[in-house]
Amino acid sequence: MERVIDSTPVESGGRTEPTPKGSRQRQRRLPLIGGVRLGLRGKRYLFIYGCLLLPLLFFAAVRLLPILYSFNVSFREWAILSPDKPFVGFANFASLFQDEVFLGSLRNTAVYVIVGVPGQIVAGLAVALLLQRITVLRTFFRTVYFIPYITSVVAVSWVFRWILMKNGVANGILLELGLDPQPFLYSPSQSIFWIIAAMIWQSIGFQMLVFLAGLENIPRLYYDAASIDGAGSWSRFRHVTIPLLNPVILFSVVIASIGFLQSFTQVLNMTGGGPLNSTNSIVLYIYNTAFKSFEMGRASAATVILFVIILAFTVLQLKVLDRKVEY
Amino acid sequence: MKKRPILAIAAAALAFTLALTACGNGNNKPNEKADSGNKEKASNTQTAEPPKLDPNAKVTIEYWQYEFPAKVELINELITQFQQEHPNITVKQTNFPYDQYNQKVATLVPAGKGPDVINLYYGWLPKYVASGYLQPLPEADFPAAEIEANFFPFVETAKLNGGYYALPTGVRTLGLFYNKDLFVKAGLDPNKPPATWEELVTYTKKLTELDDKGQFVVEGFGWEPGSQLHHWFRDGLLYQAGAQDTSEDRKKLLWNETPAGLEAFKYLIDFAKEHKVGINGFYTDDANAFKTGHAAINVDGSYRLSSIKKDVPDLNYGIAPLPSYKNKSTQASFWANAIPSNVKGDKLAAAVEFLKFLTSKGVQEQWVEKIGELPAQKEVALQDKYINDEKLGPFIAQLPDGRAHFFIDETQERTLFVEAVDQVLLKDVPIEKAFEDLITKTQKLYDDYWAKK
Repeated sequence: MERVIDSTPVESGGRTEPTPKGSRQRQRRLPLIGGVRLGLRGKRYLFIYGCLLLPLLFFAAVRLLPILYSFNVSFREWAILSPDKPFVGFANFASLFQDEVFLGSLRNTAVYVIVGVPGQIVAGLAVALLLQRITVLRTFFRTVYFIPYITSVVAVSWVFRWILMKNGVANGILLELGLDPQPFLYSPSQSIFWIIAAMIWQSIGFQMLVFLAGLENIPRLYYDAASIDGAGSWSRFRHVTIPLLNPVILFSVVIASIGFLQSFTQVLNMTGGGPLNSTNSIVLYIYNTAFKSFEMGRASAATVILFVIILAFTVLQLKVLDRKVEY
Repeated sequence: MKKRPILAIAAAALAFTLALTACGNGNNKPNEKADSGNKEKASNTQTAEPPKLDPNAKVTIEYWQYEFPAKVELINELITQFQQEHPNITVKQTNFPYDQYNQKVATLVPAGKGPDVINLYYGWLPKYVASGYLQPLPEADFPAAEIEANFFPFVETAKLNGGYYALPTGVRTLGLFYNKDLFVKAGLDPNKPPATWEELVTYTKKLTELDDKGQFVVEGFGWEPGSQLHHWFRDGLLYQAGAQDTSEDRKKLLWNETPAGLEAFKYLIDFAKEHKVGINGFYTDDANAFKTGHAAINVDGSYRLSSIKKDVPDLNYGIAPLPSYKNKSTQASFWANAIPSNVKGDKLAAAVEFLKFLTSKGVQEQWVEKIGELPAQKEVALQDKYINDEKLGPFIAQLPDGRAHFFIDETQERTLFVEAVDQVLLKDVPIEKAFEDLITKTQKLYDDYWAKK
């Protein structure tokens, strides 16, 4: 920014350098408060800061303040329609930890992360490795794999729901093969894994792209050196690819973890959290508490808990996974 | 060098996450102001004088209802008619998706920006009134005695603290939808729908069609606990079996007061468990299964008529009153128009005029013809042209037996019901135990609600 200003001719005799403090020009140039006229440079400053400030204000008003405010809400009994919002201390948190449905949603969210994150990383990496080896039709495959990622989540969820419904395509295939039809989304023990499958399928494209970029950045040199030393393909993958891909893996794990911790749209559209709350996630619990039961206090308390979990999780991942790589 | 960008990205991702998880709460802020505002309003609405509209004043009022295309369209037409009769009043319609309705009210009404006439689901009224958002309808314009003489009895659910807070234009009841073609195919008389509990079971067994692998081709009964079955149970089956939903003061559930309650619950579950004539999730839900000819009989509301007409105009189906047992009973429900407590002066007078218009005979006739919701006034509904209507008739015939049960929390009460049913079906929990658990959990919702009063 400094450079831009310095190289710009100013109205006062074409001088290009801002003069030091105390000079007459400085007073003319600076945007002064209280009706003093602004010079061209002053206007420029005003414009630049204005451009920078407006989004910041917007961000603060629309994002930051509500976040801080939700901490306040979490300590109140805040039924959306009731005129009184009394302060109740930790009562919302206490009631959450006695609520079977909430505890269940915590457990389910853990399953989403524990199963979903490795699944997503492995699938994305596998596709990336395969794509890296082909040259013909590479762009085509990359595009095809990326399409699910930019498709509406709601639409994809419903397509999965239709495929997996009792008389859907999946059961049709099983029956054709002479196998027993499955309850899929209507089984408390199966449904969460089908939702995770849908989530993985949809995000493969994103992970693939990130990994492809990471793989491109690994110099061929290392592979050649490893080959000369007699390393096989697994050895090369294990001792060259994986360590050098570590920063990318870390990024992918963090992004995927946050995604799975926030499982919502697929759950809402595929099962609504059922059967018997077996797929209910924290975010769906928050949504139902806030916008179906209108208990904003409890919902905010659950939001705060989710915030703490995500924060702890991310810090932990940075500590554990982000090791220095020796070249 | 390696660490920084990752940290930065992670931090950015985290910030974004926070923003996402917390954004839902941003809407509540204006609520703070509600405290003082509402108390003020509550005190000056009790003594409301009959409002008089200054004939020279130009007034603009706002009408809110949820997004339902047919209703939005008709209201626009009605507004044109109304404005011709009242050239000095302009009515503006605003619509919100069903899900956002309560949020909008809670944020905009205290800020003085809400509607002048608002359309609300009857089950929400207790919460709205308790929160001070509504004013009682002026007695001079809407005398209680007149309402009770003209409207069907269940409209009394809109009477709270001794006064009426809202009035419906149209109402709905549950009825039996049956596919005539499938009746003929199963060798049943398409003009003789099942009229008793027993007949319903026999019929649905005959109507069920399985393929050679034992999979449903046609369900005899569209069995979907998450749809209307909960309402059918509470306002239909319970009373038909001789039980009651709640005590007079609405504080205690009476489902297990007599064995009749369990009998009703078992009757409902047995369609899936014993008779195996229907199952949840078949063609996604009951309404869809019925529309596509994959469910022969379905319990659904009169509001489904218009969507069937639009989506599958050629479906050959009939309507019958709900099968009865010891008594007749059906669920009735309605959306009603109310006036928020901050509407005063000319706007109040105009709102009253508009509300009178919306509940008038002429509008109720247009409402039933265009929307398919039943007229809320006896005089309008019980006209020959509607009673003898093949589709509307059975719904209207049931209006005198209609009951509109009290809600604490529609979503939670329905979820508990669905869970109880799932416990029996998926986990083989004995029906008696699932039923007792359901009552205990639902009663807790009621206890918590009343404890706060």
